[in-house]
Amino acid sequence: MSLRWWLTDSFEMVRRNLLHIRRTPELLLDVTVQPIMFVLLFRYVFGGAIPIQGTSYVNYLMAGIFVQTIAFATIYTGVLLANDLTKGMIDRFRSLPMSQSAVITGRTFTDLLRGMLAIAVMTVLGLFVGFSPQGSPAGWLGAVGILLLFGFALSWVGVAAGALVRTPEAVQGLVFTAVFPLTFASSAFVQTSTMPSWLRAFAEHQPMTYVINAVRGLVLGQPNVPDLAPALLWGIGLLVIFFPLGLWLYQRRTTQ
Amino acid sequence: MILAEGLHKHFGKTHALRGLDVDASEGMILAMLGPNGAGKTTAVRILTTLTRSDAGRAEVAGIDVARHPAAVRKQIGVAGQTASLDDLLTGRENLAMVGRLYRLDRSDASRRAADLLARFDLDDAADRTVKTYSGGMRRRLDLAAALIDSPPVLFLDEPTTGLDPRSRLDMWSLIQELAKSGHSILMTTQYLEEADQLADDIAVVDHGRVIARGTAIELKRRVGGERLEVEIAEDQSLDRAAEVLAALGEEAARVDVDHRRVSVPIVAHDGVLTRAVRALDEAGVRADDIGFRRPTLDEVFLALTGQPIDGEPNPEAPA
Repeated sequence: MSLRWWLTDSFEMVRRNLLHIRRTPELLLDVTVQPIMFVLLFRYVFGGAIPIQGTSYVNYLMAGIFVQTIAFATIYTGVLLANDLTKGMIDRFRSLPMSQSAVITGRTFTDLLRGMLAIAVMTVLGLFVGFSPQGSPAGWLGAVGILLLFGFALSWVGVAAGALVRTPEAVQGLVFTAVFPLTFASSAFVQTSTMPSWLRAFAEHQPMTYVINAVRGLVLGQPNVPDLAPALLWGIGLLVIFFPLGLWLYQRRTTQ
Repeated sequence: MILAEGLHKHFGKTHALRGLDVDASEGMILAMLGPNGAGKTTAVRILTTLTRSDAGRAEVAGIDVARHPAAVRKQIGVAGQTASLDDLLTGRENLAMVGRLYRLDRSDASRRAADLLARFDLDDAADRTVKTYSGGMRRRLDLAAALIDSPPVLFLDEPTTGLDPRSRLDMWSLIQELAKSGHSILMTTQYLEEADQLADDIAVVDHGRVIARGTAIELKRRVGGERLEVEIAEDQSLDRAAEVLAALGEEAARVDVDHRRVSVPIVAHDGVLTRAVRALDEAGVRADDIGFRRPTLDEVFLALTGQPIDGEPNPEAPA
């Protein structure tokens, strides 16, 4: 299957997903309203009680919110794919002379767009609540790049979950159960140095923390951006594993 | 155009297909007729590249289905019993999307979509989302999606199941038109009347195999000849009517109490009808209706399988 057709078909699937979003705008709640609530919650409710060394809490918080939003968005990837798989539409796609993988690349490409929207919405909101990032344009570009790479890799994890688990509800439960502890046992909302040593050992060596630290360093314009290499490696590594795994699981699920 | 030889398929312990053979030549309608669970849908799924067979060979338009699924997909259109449509898209968007995925360019896809919407009487609903469609509209749109690239071979899996009588008739005339315009069609159905009305050829499927094959007339001939049937006006005359008819016919009369019908097999028409009317009148039996009747496909199915077509699958039937 030629690359051109694969892209054309994927684009057609993105169009379909965007039409879904237009008809049911609730599909964007997880990248708009929910993270807005988290920003307000941590900025105004918890933030006052969390001292951060070297910068204001809201400056510290925003990188955590970016990564949290990108990670939680994976739930919808899996749920929407599982939803498609329980309906007849996939049979239609499978009887068409289209590139079969476009059904899921379309889904993950749509996630990239959702991720961009999330970053834009959060940045604007952040500026309203006192976020004053000092990072250079290049730093910001790098941060957005890392976020999108990590988000894209995670949406392939979502694809794998969606193709593996039988019902949309089960996918939601599974992905949430994985993403929730990873998000909160990280450097997203508090400095890991405040955690008990066993938790700290976990928090400092899990991918979310690496990505959050790298993004934080880039947007705040810190001189030596921490964890840049591990953040990139995790993004690339997850993609290398879950891109083929997601494709394979999808193919296996649909050719029974 | 369509060929299946010795198809086998099992799901766990269930043998859906046990050596199914069918073939349909160009421009004809082949109906696979059988009860729920007979294996019709599995056969269609194999022929349309959705499922792989465990054994056997399948070809569509001369292309091996297992070896070249992508090439087969260019030649086929599929409309299923669970209309494969996107509920959140409008009718027009559904068709345009499917057209694009058949590799039509954007303007061709939307032109074909508009043509088909008009032809299938979906003009007014074209820009409404499919979730607002009635069952009949969904089936028509599903069929339109199958036709967007005008593929030579069509697979229609129970195209009228669950439709109201009017929508069913609409669907029948659409299918007949498609065959006339040169499409080769394989359809499945549980309705004998449907196979009788539409199909050039019928394959009766039971327990994953074709148990009989032929035109409707040939199949009916297999269960015996014509009968003379009388519908009686009053219940109490049923026995007397049966005696009268038995004297005219070849063997004992069959009595259908529920419908107050009495029938006997007959060999020749000559004068039988007149004699029957006269004899019934002399016996004081009032008849509401009388006439010759060929066996229905229901009776064919009963004779071939030992069970009525809408009966539960019989676990003791020979496999």
